[in-house]
Amino acid sequence: MAIDRADVEKIAELARLDLTAEETDLFTQQLGSILEHVQKLNELDTTNVRPMSHCSPAGGDAEYAKRDDQVRPSLGQKIAVETAPESEAGFFKVPKVVER
Amino acid sequence: MELRTLTISSLRKRIASGELKAVDVCRAALDRIERLFDLNAFITVTAEAAIARAQQIDRAIQQGNDPGPLAGTIIAIKDNMVMRGVRTTAGSRILSNYKPPYTASAVQRLEAAGAVIIGKTNLDEFAMGSSTENSAFGPVKNPWDKTRVPGGSSGGSAVAVAAGMAMAALGSDTGGSIRQPASLTGVVGLKPTYGCVSRYGLIAFGSSLDQIGPFANSVEDIARILSVIAGHDPNDSTSSNIEAEDYVSAIAGDVRGLRVGVPHEYYGEGLDAGVREKIEAAIKKLEELGARIVDISLPHTEYAVPVYYLIATAEASSNLARYDGVRYGFRAEEAATVKAMYSRTREQGFGTEVKRRIMLGTYALSAGYYDQYYGKAQRVRSLIESDFRNAFARCDVIATPTSPTPAFKLGEKTHNPLEMYLSDIYTITANLAGVPGLVLPCGLSSSGLPIGIQLIGKHFDESTLLRAGHNLEQALGADFTPPAM
Repeated sequence: MAIDRADVEKIAELARLDLTAEETDLFTQQLGSILEHVQKLNELDTTNVRPMSHCSPAGGDAEYAKRDDQVRPSLGQKIAVETAPESEAGFFKVPKVVER
Repeated sequence: MELRTLTISSLRKRIASGELKAVDVCRAALDRIERLFDLNAFITVTAEAAIARAQQIDRAIQQGNDPGPLAGTIIAIKDNMVMRGVRTTAGSRILSNYKPPYTASAVQRLEAAGAVIIGKTNLDEFAMGSSTENSAFGPVKNPWDKTRVPGGSSGGSAVAVAAGMAMAALGSDTGGSIRQPASLTGVVGLKPTYGCVSRYGLIAFGSSLDQIGPFANSVEDIARILSVIAGHDPNDSTSSNIEAEDYVSAIAGDVRGLRVGVPHEYYGEGLDAGVREKIEAAIKKLEELGARIVDISLPHTEYAVPVYYLIATAEASSNLARYDGVRYGFRAEEAATVKAMYSRTREQGFGTEVKRRIMLGTYALSAGYYDQYYGKAQRVRSLIESDFRNAFARCDVIATPTSPTPAFKLGEKTHNPLEMYLSDIYTITANLAGVPGLVLPCGLSSSGLPIGIQLIGKHFDESTLLRAGHNLEQALGADFTPPAM
């Protein structure tokens, strides 16, 4: 599976990574060889195999743990914004969102 | 005081009788940490809080109160588990000054059981790596040979125990991050069944694979810690509501008649001859103890690495989307728009391996490639899980190598990510299937480096796994203290 610089730039944009030119070159080469390795999966016919998205509890037979849908105390706004790089009046503050 | 030979039960007895003070054990650990500073095992040492906690334990004993099953036990915590008010970095620049507002459930349970938390250990950034070289806080060194890696990603936790800086530690294991460093440093490590220990407060990497587990000097100590941290937590909906067992009494009993499966796929090309010899000798030992050795097959083993590196990176790319410079952690300066702020924050905050995995995962999930990569990997994951179900119809535990080689040199694999990924070949299958894996040291290589055997168990059958491990450990009877200690 060949992957080119333009692919890498597009993925970086999707992943919100402002890669340097060197990183773009490096990842073009490295992702290419990793993707080549994963082609191995195509040796297997998986037409009738269910996709496994998680490990079910007790290996598939038991139910997931559930709890009652009740309001419980949470951290609260004051503590939640304390860790923010920038906040104001209980809100997270960010640069301008709308671009012209 | 030698922490490597101090067991949890003997410590408890000695501090209960007044022969030993918890605070003196704590000071001994802090001295050792200071003396072995160059191993770089810790990112943050919580000395003051640890001393205060140890004094509290001593007071409780004086007043005749029960100090808990882990009274005075010195435990180190991998720095991807949050602790309220204690800097928690995940080995990343992006969280280098993060002080969480809450504590992980597993840590909370340890503290409630009387443990003394000594500090936060170094790790590969966001637990992504097999050598602990991907930390923003520098690599961890192996106490057996400082020119070699301790394995990863929980390298700091493994070294803390191996070098006697803590009696036990917590790590996390997404593809072998507890078991491989346990093997490379000569300590015992357990990845419990997925859902056995709450992940609440564990900084997420691959949520369908991540599991918290202990490192210790003996299988018995592993059982004591697991008994405390296992069990349902309403804050983690994937934590099982299956009743946690008393794993300490579960290790009693012999292994006569126990069926030990040996999968030939784990003994093929790429396995170091010296490692093979020690693993086979350990299996022979189990047979001498009365276990029955059964040849089994796990036919899809060769597909595990590609499946893992698609699923783990896909989940990581989604989990790490939260690091955007808004709610916590680092934010890049001088971005005019919020989009530029996100991209620059992430570019400057993440290290190369993390970026590489976010890129791979984003690609595997992107429009047009989802079915071809992520969907395909999920289907093959089902086949790998079925392999284990079929195998466990014929055996009770499975015995394999943990790592294809003993500890490799610092820098040896950093330039070839694929080669680094392939070193996880024997450990990632247990994460994909959700089954538990126990690693214990079983010998030394010709160059004097520790080798660990991996025992894999059935879902939620930690009891059998620990019993097998305990019997083997007692029969081997070897000391795995690093020579320079």
